[in-house]
Amino acid sequence: MRVATTPLTPSTAGDWLATRDARLRILAAVAFALVTVGLERLPALLLALILAAAAAAAGGLTLGNALRRLAPLAGLLAILFATLPLMVPGTPWLELGPLSASREGLLEAMRIALKASAVVLAMLGLVGSLDPVTLGHALARLGLPDKLVHLFLFTVRYIDVLHGEYRRLRQALRARAFVPRSDAHTWRTLGWLVGMLLVRSLERARRVTAAMKCRGFAGHFYRLDQLAWHRGDTAAALGAGATLALLFLLGRPA
Amino acid sequence: MSARLLAERAPIAHIPDGVLAAPVLVTGAVVTAGAVLVGLRQLDYERIPQAAVLAAAFFVASLIAVPLGPSSVHLLLNGLMGLVLGWAAAPAILVALALQAVFFGFGGLLVLGVNTMNMAVPALVCAALFRAPLRRHPGRGAFLIGAGAGALGVLLTGVLIAVALAASGSALAPAAKIILLTYLPLALVEAVVTGAAVTFLGRVAPEILCPPEATGHDR
Repeated sequence: MRVATTPLTPSTAGDWLATRDARLRILAAVAFALVTVGLERLPALLLALILAAAAAAAGGLTLGNALRRLAPLAGLLAILFATLPLMVPGTPWLELGPLSASREGLLEAMRIALKASAVVLAMLGLVGSLDPVTLGHALARLGLPDKLVHLFLFTVRYIDVLHGEYRRLRQALRARAFVPRSDAHTWRTLGWLVGMLLVRSLERARRVTAAMKCRGFAGHFYRLDQLAWHRGDTAAALGAGATLALLFLLGRPA
Repeated sequence: MSARLLAERAPIAHIPDGVLAAPVLVTGAVVTAGAVLVGLRQLDYERIPQAAVLAAAFFVASLIAVPLGPSSVHLLLNGLMGLVLGWAAAPAILVALALQAVFFGFGGLLVLGVNTMNMAVPALVCAALFRAPLRRHPGRGAFLIGAGAGALGVLLTGVLIAVALAASGSALAPAAKIILLTYLPLALVEAVVTGAAVTFLGRVAPEILCPPEATGHDR
């Protein structure tokens, strides 16, 4: 049997990145995304992808991991590579009977592929390597509404619980020789599974809330975070700012 | 998480960064922010654990690959979220999508607003249409109400994704149509799954579907 892993597993960042302030890492990922989606020229986009790959490596993503996380993009990109060259007018690059594929359309599809992958890699490397709870605290410090942060922190906690519950229910189904097929019986069974998942989990949520109230929980967490801005963070922020400015200048439309 | 679950994500429910035009991104962010703020106002601290359980369930259920013909599809369950959570579905969906983006790489950062809008608006529509009939006669017709919410949630999400793409440039229109087509089989699956889930909840734990608003507390 497969080793049971929790679904929310952050990658382990290298020492340098791990000591950077979580807020800086979130803001850097957002700034990188903002600059990258605005880039037009391919060399600048390639540089963005290289920077994102470096961020992913600093965030502890292995090559296999990175490729696996980029795989979900493949479906949409395949559709875009198939349709954009036919739709964007321009110099023909390939002609098949009445259809002509334009170079401009192909370039547009490549631009989208580079932008999408670069943003995903940078996001996984800079933010995905944070502990989910630290991420919640950093989001609170960045000014997100308190209730939303509470919801975030509870959800992080319950994902592990529910995933465990889900695996137990799946195992119970397997023990009764359930094999998922493409028929109404399977779908109905999965519907009952979803219902059971909700019933058991909400029951557990009630018990957890009761236990927390018992210990004096009055609806609020006290954030016991130790986010502290170091001198290294200022240097990293300046470095990231300069790099992004350079990227922006390189990528301006000619 | 196995690679198998990650490799095949059909239909496409998360738009990545770099595809949509700026006005679409801004619209998505504004609509999402509005819906989330209303949802948060209606969500008191007492009910946060419950909403979090459902956000987590939404997250876990999206990992289930349901066989369909030669391929498989992933559940959205936004219709069910709307039925159970009402307005609070918007912040719950935002949190689940943010976690999927940051830790799995589904979607992107700047598109988070649009991606949340695409799933949360159908959830709110399902809440507005189906919560009252479900409350009036829980149990009776539960399957049909659930199936309606399941199918409508999925179809509206497909339509919103297609509209977001088509509004970002006429060259994206064929891609939008292809993606919309891939939502039709999921609507069928999701109708049966949500119908069964709502029937089950109606029998086993009707208080989840019709929260006793008058009491509000456990005791």
